[in-house]
Order: sequence, then C-alpha cells, then structure tokens
Amino acid sequence: MILEPRGNLRRDGNMSIGEKLWHVSWSLVLLIIAIASVGFFMLYSAADGDMSPWANRQIVRFAAGVVMMLVVALIDVRFWMRQAYIIFGIALVLLIAVDLFGTIGMGAQRWINLGVIQIQPSEIMKIALVLALARYFHGASHEDVGRPLFLLPPLGMVFLPAALVVVQPDLGTAILLILGSGATFFLAGVRLWKFGLLIALGVGAIPIGWQFLREYQKNRILTFFNPEKDPLGAGYHITQSKIALGSGGVFGKGFMEGTQSHLNYLPEKHTDFIFTMFSEEFGMVGGLLLLALYAGLIAYGYAIALRSRSHFGRLVAMGIANIFFLYVFINIAMVMGLLPVVGVPLPLISYGGTAMLTLLFGFGLMIGVYVHRDVNMGRRGASDDV
Amino acid sequence: MSRQADRNKIFSRRAALLAGGKLALFTALAGRMYYLQVLESEKYATLAEDNRISLRLLAPPRGRILDRFGVPLAINQENYRMLLVPEQATDIEATLEAASAIIPLSDHEKTKILREAKRRRSFMPVTVRENLTWNDVSRVELNAADLPGCMIDVGQSRHYPMSDRFSHVLGYVSVVSEPDLTGDPLLELPGFRIGKAGIERVHDLELRGTGGNTQLEVNALGRVIRELDRIEGQPGAEVRLTIDAALQDFAYTRLGEQSAACVVMDVKTGHVIVMASAPGYDPNAFAQGLTADQWKELTQHQRTPLINKCIAGQYAPGSTFKMMVAMAALEHNIVSPDFRAHCTGHVELGNSVFHCWKKEGHGFVDMLHGLMYSCDVYFYEVAKRVGVDRIADMARKFGLGSILDIDLIGEKPGLVPTREWKQRTLRAGWSQGETLIAGIGQGYMLTTPLQLAAMTARIANGGIAVKPSLTYEVATGPESSPRPNQNFPSIPINKANLAIVRKGMRMVVNEPGGTALGARLPNPNWIMSGKTGTAQVRRITQRERDTGVKKNDELPWKERDHALFVAFAPDDDPKYAIAVIVEHGGGGSAVAAPIARDIMNETLRRDPASEIAKERFAHDPNKGDAG
Repeated sequence: MILEPRGNLRRDGNMSIGEKLWHVSWSLVLLIIAIASVGFFMLYSAADGDMSPWANRQIVRFAAGVVMMLVVALIDVRFWMRQAYIIFGIALVLLIAVDLFGTIGMGAQRWINLGVIQIQPSEIMKIALVLALARYFHGASHEDVGRPLFLLPPLGMVFLPAALVVVQPDLGTAILLILGSGATFFLAGVRLWKFGLLIALGVGAIPIGWQFLREYQKNRILTFFNPEKDPLGAGYHITQSKIALGSGGVFGKGFMEGTQSHLNYLPEKHTDFIFTMFSEEFGMVGGLLLLALYAGLIAYGYAIALRSRSHFGRLVAMGIANIFFLYVFINIAMVMGLLPVVGVPLPLISYGGTAMLTLLFGFGLMIGVYVHRDVNMGRRGASDDV
Repeated sequence: MSRQADRNKIFSRRAALLAGGKLALFTALAGRMYYLQVLESEKYATLAEDNRISLRLLAPPRGRILDRFGVPLAINQENYRMLLVPEQATDIEATLEAASAIIPLSDHEKTKILREAKRRRSFMPVTVRENLTWNDVSRVELNAADLPGCMIDVGQSRHYPMSDRFSHVLGYVSVVSEPDLTGDPLLELPGFRIGKAGIERVHDLELRGTGGNTQLEVNALGRVIRELDRIEGQPGAEVRLTIDAALQDFAYTRLGEQSAACVVMDVKTGHVIVMASAPGYDPNAFAQGLTADQWKELTQHQRTPLINKCIAGQYAPGSTFKMMVAMAALEHNIVSPDFRAHCTGHVELGNSVFHCWKKEGHGFVDMLHGLMYSCDVYFYEVAKRVGVDRIADMARKFGLGSILDIDLIGEKPGLVPTREWKQRTLRAGWSQGETLIAGIGQGYMLTTPLQLAAMTARIANGGIAVKPSLTYEVATGPESSPRPNQNFPSIPINKANLAIVRKGMRMVVNEPGGTALGARLPNPNWIMSGKTGTAQVRRITQRERDTGVKKNDELPWKERDHALFVAFAPDDDPKYAIAVIVEHGGGGSAVAAPIARDIMNETLRRDPASEIAKERFAHDPNKGDAG
C-alpha cells in the first residue's frame, strides 16, 4: 500500500508529538513538494528565466504553508470536529463582512484588510464547509440521511455561503463550494433522485440566475459556447491557450522555449493559464505526467478516508480530495477549452498565496485524519460517548 | 452497530463510484490533450508559427495634476529611448561600441546592458538609454545602418514644470516595486510608473486610468509587422488641487534658502492655498531614477528636503499656543479678560524660576496686552490657574494633537500633553512647572504647521472646526463637478470669548508695542491679525542667564530658536489663515512675521474676489497667471 508507516494507534488519541510525527505520511508530503516544485520551475520560466518576481515569493510562501500544514496535521482531529461549526460561523460572518466592507481587487470584492494581513473569507469557507458538513453527517444515521427535512440545514450551509460568494462576484469559488459539497452529500448516502430533483430545480432557475450575473461573467459563458465569435475579445484567452497547448505537440518545445507563452500571446501565464505554458514547453507527455501526479495525490485522499475509523475523518479526507480534484479538473478543462474561463487556479502550481495556503491547510487536515485514524470519536467529538 | 456498518458500506460504495467519475473526467482531459497535442497538433503548430495577432497592453496617459486655476503642475512628456534587440544585432558589443560614439556609454552601463541582454530572451528589447534629446534621436536615426538591432521607442514620462516648489504636495512617480503589485496588469508593464508620494500616491488609482490594448500583427520571432486594431484605454483622471500655483511659487521663493514651512488655507472651506516646505527636491529626478549620490545627498541633508515640514514637521508652538491658554481660561471662567498679572520678568514656583522673554518685565498686563506683548509671565499665571488638562482639551478642539486627515500620506499628529498622557507614556506624575511651560507652548507640546494653520482658521472663522484639504476635484471626463464644500461642525465655545482672543491678535500686529507691528500689511484697507512664536530648542542654564543669554547668531544653527507666526486676514471678515515656521530661524517677530506678511499680502492680492485681482484677471477670469 502507498501509506507508510503502519502502526496500531491508541484509540484514545493520546500520542506524543514524536509519535504523531512518526505517523505523518511523509510520502504524501513529498508528493505535494514535488508538484509545487513543478510550479517553481514554471514561474521561473514565466518570468523569462528569472526568480523574481514570482518564483522566489512562491517558494517562500510554500515553505511557510508546509510548516502550517504540518502544524494542522498534528492537532487532534477531534478538535476540528468540535470547532467545526464555530469555524463555519466565523467564515460566514467574514463573508458577510467582506460583502459589506471588503476592498475591491480585480473588479471583485473578496478581501478583508486587517491592516497586517489581508484575508479572503471565501478561501476559509472552502475548508470550513468541508468541516461543518463532515460534522453534520458524522452524527447522522442512515435513516436520518433518508429524511428530507434532515437535509435542509446542510443545504442552507452550502447555498448561503455560495450565494454570498456569487455576489462578490466570484463564480469559480461558488461552483467549487457547491460541487465539492455535492460530493459530500453523495458520500453521506443521500439518495440519487434527490440530486436529480435539485439539479432540475437548478436548471429551472438558470434563466433567473442569469440576470444576476455581471456582464463579464455572461461574456465568459457566451464566449465558451462560441469562442470564434470574438477571437480578439473575450475568446482571445481560450484561442491563444489552445494554440499554445496544441503547438507543444507530444514532447513540447522545451523548458523556457515556449514561444507562445514568452511572446505574450498567452495571458495570465503565471496564474490561471500556467498549465498551458507547461504543456507548451513539456508537451502531452509532461501534461499526462502532471495529471498522474495529481491523480496520485487524490488517491492518497481516498486511502486515508478508507483507513479512518471515524465517519468525520472519512468525510473530511474525501472532502479535501474532492475540492482538490475540482481545482485540477476545472482549471485544466478551462485552459483546454472544455469549460468556460471561471478563474480557478491550477492548485499548488499557479502563482498566488491564498489558494495555496487553503489547499495546504486542507492537506494538513487530511494528514491529521491519517495520524489520528484510529481515534474514537463520539457524536460531538469526545472519545467516550460512542 | 449494523447501522454504522450500513453507513460504511454505502460510503465505500459511493467513494468507489466517485473515484470512477473522477477517473472518467481525468481520462477526458487526457483525451483532450491527445486531440489538441497529437491530432490537431500540426494545425496549431502552423497557427503558432504564423500567429499573426499579438495583444499588447497599452499604458494609458497618466492624468494631469492642475492647480485651482488650471495651471498644470504634473504633465506627461514624450520620452525617447533607445532599445536594443539582441537577436537583431549581429554583434552586441560592436553595436554598443558604435552607439557609444553617439550616446556616450560608461563601461558600467555597457556591462549592465550585456548582462540584461544575456538574461532575457533574445527577442526581448533591452533599454540602452532613456530620456534622449531630440538631437540624440536624430543622430541615432541617421546612423541606423551602423547600429543593427537598435531602435528608438517613444514612451511617456512624468514632468513637473514647477520642480521643487511642489515636490512635497505632488510627490513623484517611480518604478513599480514588488509590494505594489495588486494584480492590475498595467503594473507589470516594463517601465510603468506609479505614484510613490504626495498627491501622486494618494490619487494614484484615479490618475492611473485603465489600460487599453493594441492588436499587432507579429511574426514568429516577435517582430511587429503592423498594428491591426487599437483599443484606447481610459486616460487617467485630472486632479485639480486647491493650491494656487503662482502663490505657492511666491511663498516658496519667499522662504528662500531657509529650512522653513508655510501653510495658507481658506478659513471657511479648508482649501489649502499654499503648502510650501523648503528646501524641496526635484521630483523630475525621481521619475527618471536617482543616482546613489543624489539619494545620499537628499537623505543626509541637514535641512531635510525629503520631509514635508507642513504636515510632518513637529515643532513646539511657542507663544502661538497662547490663544489656546486664553480660550481655556475664558471658557471655564477661571479668569476674566480683565485679570491682571504683574510681570517682573520672572515668576518663582518652588525652587524653580520661570522667565519671561523680556528680562526687565512688562509690569501689569491684562489678557489683551498679555497677547499683544506675548508676556510669558501672564500666561504662566493663567496656565497655573487653568491646569494642563483643560488647556489640552481646548487645544484638541482647535485641531492640535491629532491628524487632520488631509489628503496626503505621512501626516504627523503632534502632541498635546495631559496628566494622563504623561502617566501612561513616561510613568511619571505631572508637575505644576510643566503646566507653566505648557502655557507658553513649550515642553512636550508639538504641533505641525498645518495644525497651526487649522487652529488659526478656526479662531478666525468663529469656531467652525474646519479641516484642511488639498483636492478641489477629480475629473474623469469633460463633465465633472467640484467636490462639494464640506459642512464642518461648530466648536462648542462662547463666540464672545473668541472675539477677545481675536482682538488680542489684532493688537499684536496693529498696536504700537505689539510683537509683530512690523508685519502690518502695506495696504491700509487690509488688516491682518496674528501671533508670534519663538520656540526654544535648547535649555538655557542659570549660569548662562547670569552671564547673559546667548543671541541666536552666536549659536550653531541646530541650537537656534524656531521662528513661528500665525495670522489671519482680513480682520473684519477673515478669509485666509497662515502659519509660517522657520526652523532655527531666530525670533518669530523678526523672522517669521515678515514672511507671513508678504505671503498674506500676495494671497489677498490674488484672491479672486478682491478688487485688485479682478483687474488682474480681467482678460481671462478663469486663469491665473503662472508668473
């Protein structure tokens, strides 16, 4: 199996820090570092062979993020279980606050400035929602899950923050929240016809929701369906991305040799479109390898979830893996013209601190679930009220 | 337990289903890669090879900054620069050698260019030299055949026609540094400049505008064939200031070589008409990039040219603070205006002796004469009775001791000490001697020239808590409206008491024996009221008093007194308030008051509503002359 080392962990969870460190799945940490390193090289290339302005800062942030990830991993999972609703509540309050007084960045209101640091509540919400839903379904029996009324509170927990994120406007994050939570509902055992009903309702609501979208969001969706309509306007991104990617061929043009990226045909080559640049320089072989690395990371999530004794741990590990999968899939599908451009970064590789920190925090939780996989967990997070 | 087992079974089954779904989606991605990079690869390779259209960002012209009458203070100039495309030069070093014959290049510059050329990709142009003269440009063009790979490029650079006169108000623009990056793609354009100080920084976003783009037909090497289409961005907004450029120029010249500051403001609207801090620096040098030597000289200069002394210079207000002591006494009915103190040249308190500036004393003085003669003993006596906390409270109401939120960065709050403040910060009790010292605006007390101007304006306008501002309007398009005048709250004080203080200030300038009699305005129709101040910066020992206090010109510059003067005019219907400080200039009446007189006189002459100004501007009522 891919998970080493094994050990019979004490079920009450009283482990020393040394024991916990021993049980951290270091191979997973290495895999994360490997993927991030691909990013460092690409950022170096995006700056025309220069560590500044992107690669050096990314490395520093990543290093800080890994330390944070390990700290999160060592905290008892039951702590996260107990605090799940509180964390969710704080994230919700921050989201409302950012809608009311947030600063505007890149045409959207996403940040709260605390003087020293800026925080992006929608990022916190991604983790908070995973935790809150995991706690909700942790205490639920199969019969509970079958009752429609039982499903109303968690539905609110998903759609309230999603609505707050949409008005920022940040469509990409809202989709991530809804799809990620949908997977958790699915894993919790919600019957399929209920999903069908919700999707039907959702499709019915599209014409209404359409009116609430901002002009640039409408353009992005329209452009997706007909990119050639406006090759120099909104469709420019996708067309240029496809040219760069396609011209890379099977083996690519070589590191730092991607003409399309370096001639500035490719927009946002250090952020959302970094996969295009990677594929131009390393070809389909490189792209598939990267996809395999991502698949490996997701597989770890599954392995950890199946190994966890607690339902909470299972749902958290899977929740993180699902969010991560969505990031990868939406980004790559977007740059290859399979999905509209919604502004989702390539996880661990795109330049930018907040999304990376969120993911590393998530992986910290995932590793934490692994470290505490045998810990007994009651309905409210204590070890004795099973 | 079976319920749990049930749940686990469902979980495992669904996890497997989900994994299958993910695998399918990843396979779809792989399939798409195969389609794009194998099946369609040749098509895209051809498209890439002759990728005709390159979208490049265009920097919008930065908005101009104008004075209140529309005189340009910050404009854009065309900047010709010589670029070198390494790939097109057969031998870079030879080309640089040839270029040296036209534009002398130092060895240091050459190695820098070579390093840059090596580091970047070969089709990326490297800047050889910026800010070429027209003469250089034509010689480069003439010798183009000998300079393979060289080309002339036109950019825009910021120019400040009034140079050091406006350096502190306008600030300057400079290259974008790492912490400035906010995601605006404009900031990543090579050579893009943003506001780093002053109005350029405060209004940077409005001045910046939004980027346009140009669609260029480009060959596979990146050479531009022609421009296909161009979408102009939104040029930056014009920012109109409340400053009168000609008056600012007058004031700055009048301050001369000294380390000094002057603020003139409209007492009703709070518009700052003059904000001069001397010496200034040349902001044009910042836009072009400073050399290390220039920077060193600016930062180490004794008279601190980089600091805007109007908002960031903190000085003891000296006797200009006496109005606050008088107001506090009158408002709390501690003394009446008729209260008389006997000045023998000093008072004793415990073991200490507190001196009046006039060694032989003023004899009996009441409040009006206390202000007029600036008798220190009188204000020692009053301050002793009022107490420091009530004085501080009054000073705060008039704008001292906290920032006034003017639209500049770096405003300092000053300091108005109280008992509680001393206990908190120095962990020591307040002594009565310190109250006496505070009564003549010395000791811990610190104010900025801007605060003194605001204080004077609030005295002049009958106790309206006016706040200073610099921005008259920000015009994004042809249709723009000035910012509405703010409604300022009234200070809760008795207007009659304020009238007494104003009368005292009138006597300072206009009655024989007043400390600023020499500062009367030359035009007898205009009456100015004011108050002198001389802030001591060193301690005078008893021993020195015995042998005779040293005159300012006997002292090293750094130990001389600060000279201050605050005033408002016209006396009957106050319109402008002024504060002048000359660092280590000597006495307020001898040094600061004459400067204030001249600047106030010019201010009234240039007042659009005044008779003289009407004549002057008769030809073009909207334009002031910049001379």
